[in-house]
Amino acid sequence: MITQLTVHALVEQFRRGAATPSAAARAYLDRIAAVDPSVRAYITVTPERALAAAAAADARWRAGRPLSPIDGVPIAVKDLLCTKGVRTTCGSRILEHFVPPYDATVIERLEAAGTVLLGKTNMDEFAMGSSTEHSAFFATRNPWDLARVPGGSSGGSGAAVAADLAAAALGSDTGGSIRQPAAFTGTVGLKPTYGRVSRYGLVAFASSLDQIGPFAKDVIDAALVLRVIAGRDPLDSTSADVPAPDFVAELGRPIEGLRLGVPQEYFVEGMDPEVEASVREAIEVLKRLGGRAEPISLPTTDYALAAYYLIAPAEASSNLARYDGVKYGSRAAGARDVIDMSSKTRAQGFGPEVKRRIMLGTYALSAGYYEAYYGKAQKVRTLVRRDFDAAFARVDVIVAPTTPNLPFKHGEKEDPLAMYLNDVLTIPVNLAGLPGVSVRCGFSLAGLPIGLQFIGRPFDEATLLRAAHAYEQATGWQTRRPPLP
Amino acid sequence: MTDPSAAYEVVIGLEVHAQLRTRSKMFCGCPTAFGAPPNSQTCPVCQGMPGSLPVINRRAVEFGVRTALAFHCRVNASCRFARKHYYYPDMPKNYQISQYEEPLAEDGWLELQADGQPRRIAIQRLHLEEDVGRLIHEGTLETAHASLVDFNRSGVPLMETVSQPDVRSPEEAAAYLRAFRAVLLYLGVCDGNMEEGSLRCDANISLRRWGAPDLGTKVEIKNLNSFKNVQRALEFEALRQREALDRGERIVQETRLWDADRGRTRTMRGKEQAHDYRYFPEPDLVPLELSRASVEAVRADLPELPAARRQRFVREYGLPTYDADLLTQTRALADYYEAAVREVPHPKLVSNWMMSELLRAIPADDERALAASPISPRHLAGLLRLVADGTITGKIAKDVFEKMFRSGEDALTIVGREGLTQIADTAALGAVVDQVLRANPKAVEDWRRGKKAAAGALVGQVMKATQGKANPSVVNSLLEAKLSQL
Amino acid sequence: MGGRIETREVEQVARLARLELSAEEKERMREQLDRILGYIDKLRRLDTEGVPPTSHAVPMVNVMREDEPRPCLPPQEMLANAPDRSGDFFRVPRIIED
Repeated sequence: MITQLTVHALVEQFRRGAATPSAAARAYLDRIAAVDPSVRAYITVTPERALAAAAAADARWRAGRPLSPIDGVPIAVKDLLCTKGVRTTCGSRILEHFVPPYDATVIERLEAAGTVLLGKTNMDEFAMGSSTEHSAFFATRNPWDLARVPGGSSGGSGAAVAADLAAAALGSDTGGSIRQPAAFTGTVGLKPTYGRVSRYGLVAFASSLDQIGPFAKDVIDAALVLRVIAGRDPLDSTSADVPAPDFVAELGRPIEGLRLGVPQEYFVEGMDPEVEASVREAIEVLKRLGGRAEPISLPTTDYALAAYYLIAPAEASSNLARYDGVKYGSRAAGARDVIDMSSKTRAQGFGPEVKRRIMLGTYALSAGYYEAYYGKAQKVRTLVRRDFDAAFARVDVIVAPTTPNLPFKHGEKEDPLAMYLNDVLTIPVNLAGLPGVSVRCGFSLAGLPIGLQFIGRPFDEATLLRAAHAYEQATGWQTRRPPLP
Repeated sequence: MTDPSAAYEVVIGLEVHAQLRTRSKMFCGCPTAFGAPPNSQTCPVCQGMPGSLPVINRRAVEFGVRTALAFHCRVNASCRFARKHYYYPDMPKNYQISQYEEPLAEDGWLELQADGQPRRIAIQRLHLEEDVGRLIHEGTLETAHASLVDFNRSGVPLMETVSQPDVRSPEEAAAYLRAFRAVLLYLGVCDGNMEEGSLRCDANISLRRWGAPDLGTKVEIKNLNSFKNVQRALEFEALRQREALDRGERIVQETRLWDADRGRTRTMRGKEQAHDYRYFPEPDLVPLELSRASVEAVRADLPELPAARRQRFVREYGLPTYDADLLTQTRALADYYEAAVREVPHPKLVSNWMMSELLRAIPADDERALAASPISPRHLAGLLRLVADGTITGKIAKDVFEKMFRSGEDALTIVGREGLTQIADTAALGAVVDQVLRANPKAVEDWRRGKKAAAGALVGQVMKATQGKANPSVVNSLLEAKLSQL
Repeated sequence: MGGRIETREVEQVARLARLELSAEEKERMREQLDRILGYIDKLRRLDTEGVPPTSHAVPMVNVMREDEPRPCLPPQEMLANAPDRSGDFFRVPRIIED
């Protein structure tokens, strides 16, 4: 089945003329029609646009002039990336009918590379959540067990790739929103270094933490997509002027002698024993491949989550102030005046989790509390960075679990704080701006995927991906498929 | 009994927002032109669309540095932008990108002339920020059921400069604003157009008993958009506070709005409703670290500023302070003066003619009107050269000036065509004088009887006969000689 | 055990954040914020004396653009999402001071 192919295998078929982008796009659209009603990965599917783009790609491959190594590949993107003329909801009622007049830089880059946009994937509202249950529209299901969540907030993108509803997808990661759903759906999920990928057109959750990255069926695919979307963008002042190497070419190098740090703080109390066992076994595999594992300490880890839940909500409270019913988005009816209108619009347009974070963030920034909360969190952030700096003076890559637990059931985590604790192992990477990737490292007895996280030095995605690729090649985990038609 | 008002000292601090003369907005590439159709100069960035991001305009920073140096400020080695939060429908993101804890520059001063004496007003800080959109109310703000929003102005670069509370009277506040505007115009960083809102002023004012160590409770006044309004509003407010204090009342800390039509200030919001702006560093922008070398390069490129030029005009051209002050009001006016003096080396003559004639037709602070003047400095100099060398009389010159202003022609052309050249030739004028003496025996008789004033009437007759072209001193000496010979 | 944030503060923050909350929502919000702030309180145990704040993960400075105008988007595109408009203006209900 063409939809089961990795991106690099699919492109090989395009090259040989064994398949065309149009055939691939049709196969994916057919599968979405058949399977997505049970997975519910997409908010919006764009068949006409996809088929038109695919037809153009057909011609380029026929002429032997593809625009890029992923020309014609069908891709899904999280519904917080602005797409000109295609509604962009952020999983929120307040943007339910919002149609951006412009494309995000990553969308432009994907288009310039010839990829085919299949549609926009579901997400926790404004990327706030770890289960994709906080979408204003519907919850996405985990393809490995439809009763369970796919993780979040980029759960739609993770589920789409896991269920073969897209060859690859883009998500965004603010506190783990790519890596955690990648772990839960058994996909490869890469959060690049902060500044590696332009945020222009990414609807902001927490600007100093947000980063766009790919979901893929294997590490090579993730590297292929990263190559296309990475690089300095004059429209994003925080996008770094660091050249993007050929990540794929780097993958082949062995990991003999690579120093791997295993942070003791990441094997937390209450961790699922099946997760711990799989991750420990994965570290043994890496050692057999020539990696030199050693224990390291990241002492501020225990405080990172608390700091994150001040910084991210504070920035979010600011970023979401613009949704006031004046310029775009929904507007509450029957207001007496403009204040009443905005207050009601926001009350009706935002879900409970978004309101909670707006409230928390506004509180943390308000007069008299700034130093105790936001100011303190910014200092903790420095300590988290210093932890990693010290670790990377000794090791090349850090290896750890992606999440402490297995995918949970819908409705299982009602308590907000319990949900937040799910991100405890992914958040420090965002605070420090580092690259991180989650790859499949086994399954629970019940058949749920488990994620292994690699963390790298700033802008050293190459080494990170090399380690992840070596591990993936040495195991056969990626061949197993979810129990779907 | 002494006037109780004399018991208080007025303490004023001024905040000026100047729109920078960049080609594009502070954080996006939209143009900044005034008066474009509504919402025709916007993009996702300046309309605060989801996903859009700001990028700093390099020229706006350079203009900020230039101004900071002109105000003798310390340009901070590192500065950053911060978000200032409050909800208002003209503000697209409901936060304004401004600067807070680390502004572009701090601690400078501006020199102004108070009663002919130079006086320095300390400047606390200077920072950059973005402007908001514009609201149009359907009716007045109080009665409107709805308002309309135009985001063309949203994102236009603003420079906010905050003075220390060093200003001591409403007149001095107006003088500060004039001097401020002059510096900005000299630097070319702002067009200074107050009607179009390129320069806007808020003021803090409080009263304290003479000699009291602490400042009184201050009131902020907004919406002061002309020199006249600054002075009127502060005069009104000083009086209001003075009367309240005299009645034994306490001043309430509040923000008041100047209503120019009614000539009074009124409460906008009290302290209890003071905003909580929730500033935090703008995560979408990175800090600026301006190297000493880059700041020095801007300094080296600074033009001569009004105070220095005023002093030089006194020193170099021997002008009275009054003239120098007036002629250095704008860079264009001072440039005009110097260009004219280069052509005709009579500094005081040029000054007199500019003050009495040119500035009657063109407002002294209107650079645009001056640039469009039909009389160029070269033309003015050409006219004054004819006056200086006696080719035409002063009286004729005024008429020629009017004609030059209307037609744009040079003086020589007009003088030549209309035969206005002064007659100083003794033979020619002697004949006219003889004629006049013959035709006015009564005046001659009066003169002989000792009524010397009768000579004046005779001079008038000679001028009339020559259509004003006769050289007055030649006529005088001829008359005197001929009358004594009679 | 509670008491970190009062209903009055919840109301004040909701006003700053322009969120209308029902009485029931206020109470639930107060309880939840109280629990979250209780968790966050652990930061007090961490000594950050003399530690500089980090606001950007990747240190960069002086990113600027040249002062060159770029094309705007036409008003019909910028107003396409407007909930209410009048001609090429956005229209909002009566403005009152906060």
